[in-house]
Amino acid sequence: MMEVEIEVKDLNFYYAGGVHALKDINLKVYRNTVTALIGPSGCGKTTLLRCFNRMHDLYHGNRYTGQIIFKGRDILGKDVDLIDLRSRIGMVFQKPTPFPMSIFDNIAYGLRLRGIKKRTELSERVERALRQAALWDEVKDKLHASAYELSGGQQQRLVIARALAVEPEVLLFDEPTSALDPISTAKIEELAVALKKDVTVIIVTHNMQQAARISDWTGFLMLGELIEYDRTEKIFTNPSKKLTEDYITGRFG
Amino acid sequence: MLPELKRDPVDLIFSALTGLASLTVVVIVMGLFVVLLLESYPAIERFGVVGFLTSTDWDPVRESFGALTSLYGTAVTTILALLFAIPVALGIAVFVTEVAPGFLRGPIGVAIELLAAIPSIIYGMWGLFTVAPIMAEYIEPFLQSTLGRLPILGVLFEGTPMGIDLLTAGLVLSIMIIPFTASIARDAFNLTPPIVKESAYAVGATKWEVIKDVVLPYSKKAVFGGVVLSLGRALGETMAVAFVLGNNHQITTSLFDAAATITVTLANEFTEADSDIYLASLFYLALILFAFSFVLLAVAKFLLLKPQEKGVNR
Repeated sequence: MMEVEIEVKDLNFYYAGGVHALKDINLKVYRNTVTALIGPSGCGKTTLLRCFNRMHDLYHGNRYTGQIIFKGRDILGKDVDLIDLRSRIGMVFQKPTPFPMSIFDNIAYGLRLRGIKKRTELSERVERALRQAALWDEVKDKLHASAYELSGGQQQRLVIARALAVEPEVLLFDEPTSALDPISTAKIEELAVALKKDVTVIIVTHNMQQAARISDWTGFLMLGELIEYDRTEKIFTNPSKKLTEDYITGRFG
Repeated sequence: MLPELKRDPVDLIFSALTGLASLTVVVIVMGLFVVLLLESYPAIERFGVVGFLTSTDWDPVRESFGALTSLYGTAVTTILALLFAIPVALGIAVFVTEVAPGFLRGPIGVAIELLAAIPSIIYGMWGLFTVAPIMAEYIEPFLQSTLGRLPILGVLFEGTPMGIDLLTAGLVLSIMIIPFTASIARDAFNLTPPIVKESAYAVGATKWEVIKDVVLPYSKKAVFGGVVLSLGRALGETMAVAFVLGNNHQITTSLFDAAATITVTLANEFTEADSDIYLASLFYLALILFAFSFVLLAVAKFLLLKPQEKGVNR
């Protein structure tokens, strides 16, 4: 039996304006798997993803009800240390987001925030993260160059390395390849699959083929509801709901 | 074959009119420069460039003029103004863009812009009737009895605190440029893409760390451009300073002494200029201010136009 990494129980989410963006979501994300969230634009998949690291808390007036259980605790609780949560549940965004600093400092950023100052330890962990993100060979000779000098695909792997450096247990990907060319996309996909031996991956994607290629589990959302959640094979070959079938066969969306 | 391009006559007239309107600006700037140059020529001829810039004389009786006292007053008041204004303005900008809850951001932004719209003569009057007495009565004696006792630094606080001096002028000037600097800094901070800030939060940064490590580096060029623009404003400001500086051509180490800036000298002395060389010297001062402001503005524009050399999120 697979271990459950994150369990979502009766989750509802309301944006500041009062929009009810997620309705009674229940799902279990299993450890060391890739879970894809798919659905038409505005279905709530990104909203759901951003609940896992409480990104919504950055903006005033957003509200959650229900529970998200991670490590035996409800991470929606008021007393949760968001800094700690976000270092355990990392995130990668739609566009590469390097910080205005060197490649090395980008990766070391999260480590330094955690009080790691020793040069040798920093170097070691930066190298490990870059290797994990399959970027080491391309940047090892220019670690102190600005991160902006990298290509878009490299920047996205840099950002993944930055998230990995703090050794998270879960990594959230929010349409990580939507701004990338097909070759860079293939590399990120390969990486997402390779990473699941170390972390649990949850990925939001527009691209159904991408979900089919890389995920073990797939959740299909529509209008804020989780219509169907099952093994990816099952969702793409024999979905139990009519809506899911219509969506994956391209009848709408 | 494409048909030959025919231009509508109305379109042509329209282009000509708008072109002409823009041309007037260029003509006026050039005209100003030429007039300043011609009018100041007798003084340029008599005192030279280096001679004028380095002479501390300002003696209408002996007809001996130099710019150094006015330059000194301008430099000290401007530096003081920036010193006081920049931290406060950056604080306001950080608060408005990053810290204040959404419903407060609009009103504070409007308040800043209103402050910037107050005519400078009102700042001058307020400086004379409110700030100067407070400075003379409380703040300057306090500074004298504390910082004034330090070695070296003490020379800045010597003399009798009168309230009409470099320190007060710098303070009033700083209050005048705070709203301006703050609103430019706010616009610069808003250039940081939200997604980059979110990424910093996503690796576990606190609000302060995000501001320090992402927002400030991301916008530092634009902020610096804004500071240079404020510097230009402080440099050219006349009325607010004229009230509280005392128009006294001297160079002293103490901030409690009266002084003169280029603008204050011009405002006060044109009516008194009874000799040609006096008048020419005033024009010469104006020319220096003109050239200086022009260069500063060019630098600021350059910095503000190019907020980031290489960016990805655009």
